[in-house]
Amino acid sequence: MQHLYRRIYADPEFHELELKRGWFSWCLASILLFTYFTFILIIAFAPHIFAIPVIEGQIITWGIPVALFVIFLSFVLTGIYVYRANTKFDQLVKDVVEHARNASDD
Amino acid sequence: MTNMINRFICIIFMLFLPALSGAADVIQGEVTQQPVNITAISMFLIFVTGTLGITYWAARRTKSTKDFYAAGGQITGLQNGLAIAGDYMSAASFLGISGLVFASGFDGLIYSIGFLVGWPIILFLLAERLRNLGKYTFADAVSYRLRPLPIRSLSACGTLTVVLLYLIAQMVGAGKLIQILFGLEYHYAVVIVGVLMVLYVTFGGMLATTWVQIIKAVLLLFGATFIALAVMYQMDFSFETLFVSAVEVHKSGINIMSPGGLVSDPVSAISLGLALMFGTAGLPHILMRFFTVPDAQEARKSVFFATGFIGYFYILTFIIGFGAIVLLVNNPEFLDPETGGILGGNNMAAIHLSQAVGGEVFLGFISAVAFATILAVVSGLTLSGASAISHDLYASVIRHGEVLEGEEIRVSRIATIILGIAAIFLGIIFEQQNVAYMVGLAFAIAASVNFPVLFLSMFWQRLTTRGAFIGGSIGLITAVLCMLFGPTIWVDILGNTKAIFPYKHPALFSMSAAFISIYIISRLDNSESGRAEALAFEDQYVRSQTGLGSEGSVQH
Repeated sequence: MQHLYRRIYADPEFHELELKRGWFSWCLASILLFTYFTFILIIAFAPHIFAIPVIEGQIITWGIPVALFVIFLSFVLTGIYVYRANTKFDQLVKDVVEHARNASDD
Repeated sequence: MTNMINRFICIIFMLFLPALSGAADVIQGEVTQQPVNITAISMFLIFVTGTLGITYWAARRTKSTKDFYAAGGQITGLQNGLAIAGDYMSAASFLGISGLVFASGFDGLIYSIGFLVGWPIILFLLAERLRNLGKYTFADAVSYRLRPLPIRSLSACGTLTVVLLYLIAQMVGAGKLIQILFGLEYHYAVVIVGVLMVLYVTFGGMLATTWVQIIKAVLLLFGATFIALAVMYQMDFSFETLFVSAVEVHKSGINIMSPGGLVSDPVSAISLGLALMFGTAGLPHILMRFFTVPDAQEARKSVFFATGFIGYFYILTFIIGFGAIVLLVNNPEFLDPETGGILGGNNMAAIHLSQAVGGEVFLGFISAVAFATILAVVSGLTLSGASAISHDLYASVIRHGEVLEGEEIRVSRIATIILGIAAIFLGIIFEQQNVAYMVGLAFAIAASVNFPVLFLSMFWQRLTTRGAFIGGSIGLITAVLCMLFGPTIWVDILGNTKAIFPYKHPALFSMSAAFISIYIISRLDNSESGRAEALAFEDQYVRSQTGLGSEGSVQH
């Protein structure tokens, strides 16, 4: 097994794939982290923003739709990641592993 | 102290419930505030009977350690997603968050969102790597290239602290719930939960625990949906009406529509946010669930389903909390004549609301579901705590991996019983705490010990055993000390007048302490073994990314 690990680690295609996949993961993570901490920082430093009514004279404040948006965003980002990883990335990983396996059989 | 005191009913009645009518007579004779709800008791009995049946079925299938810890690795993504949701939609979520919304409105949402956003992060950064590296506990993944002895000792400490804190929250919820439901004394209720959970886990292992969680997740989602719809029906499906009516009757008035008292200063807000988000990624009973699926693909799918169910559920708890304000605050039926507050405390808001919208039968259903919720969650927690003791401490640290399968499971069962006793004891001590808040503390520790070590072991090549062990311990000690000297324990429980550490939520400090010290100590570590560990990162990296050689994949 270790032999195979070494071979894959030496394969530039593997690193290229990991770069792509890592970038994708961190991109999605950053979107979420940014949104969430903006939400928390507003609560911490400027809670009055969330107290402003969405429609003047009505009771629903901005805090509520923003909170619902964060929940919705979490779900959507998760879906995007799972779809991409289970189709595209898994296939690419499989190719890299196959490649290494074949090479070691020679 | 408890309002419903019934000195003459002892736990024996609860454990031998066939004598139901006899018990009912005694309760009616003694309790003035809470008459016995036969519907609730019947539904509760159906659940207990059903789950014990599942436990019996699971016990017959649980033979190897892999069966016991990971349900044989044969749970599908959807099933695991439901079970994760079941694990996560605990008493703290259902009773605690609806109680928080009931007490302070919008602030309850801050907790919900924090609890939820940890999930995508787990998926993007940890889930598949963890699945590919580990076997039964997250410590398996961390000790892949680091020295098992110190790493597993540390992980077991982190796990047990988190598990015990979380258990306290569940036990308090259970105690209050049964108090309301049966008019039984708090202490007895806590003992019953402890006994049932020990039965599920010792005999049924992960398989029974998983199915108890799946069933309870479905029941809870159904019940919460019904309450929310019933509330909205009474409000003519208008959120404007709901919020206006809530603001009219709530003592804080318009303030419940915006962030307020619960998270009052910036440091606390950020600290709580960090704890909730990264704590999820360090919860041992949640991380353990990733080993019950066959591969990384299913692990990913389970997070997707779990996020959907949990997000939907939190939206429901928000509606339920506001519904409770509108329908309970001025309703004398649900108020405690002595304190003027709600019967059984704020955490009971969802339970009372179910009675207000659906009558006795629905109250019975929701009570049974809430009880099932607690049982399922404590079972998952106990199993994870027991695995930390048997798999990490006993099999790996004490016996250096030289242990027979049957022996390891036996140690796990003994550990389960010990944890059951500890949970009962702690549940009694912490009777008066808000359950969602206790969970917040568990999250702070998970975020300060388990998460930094797990995260850095996967992402940072230069991490060494020394760095992880000392840095992780510093995180644990910082979190525990901040908690101990903070407002919750030092002031509220120990009765001192002023807190030594001023913030309720220690995560900002303890997480930073952990990350910084792990970094510095790993950097300063020039030992031979440290260099070898950095070298072994390459193999670990390939395995974590490809799943090659991982548990359940093609054999080595």
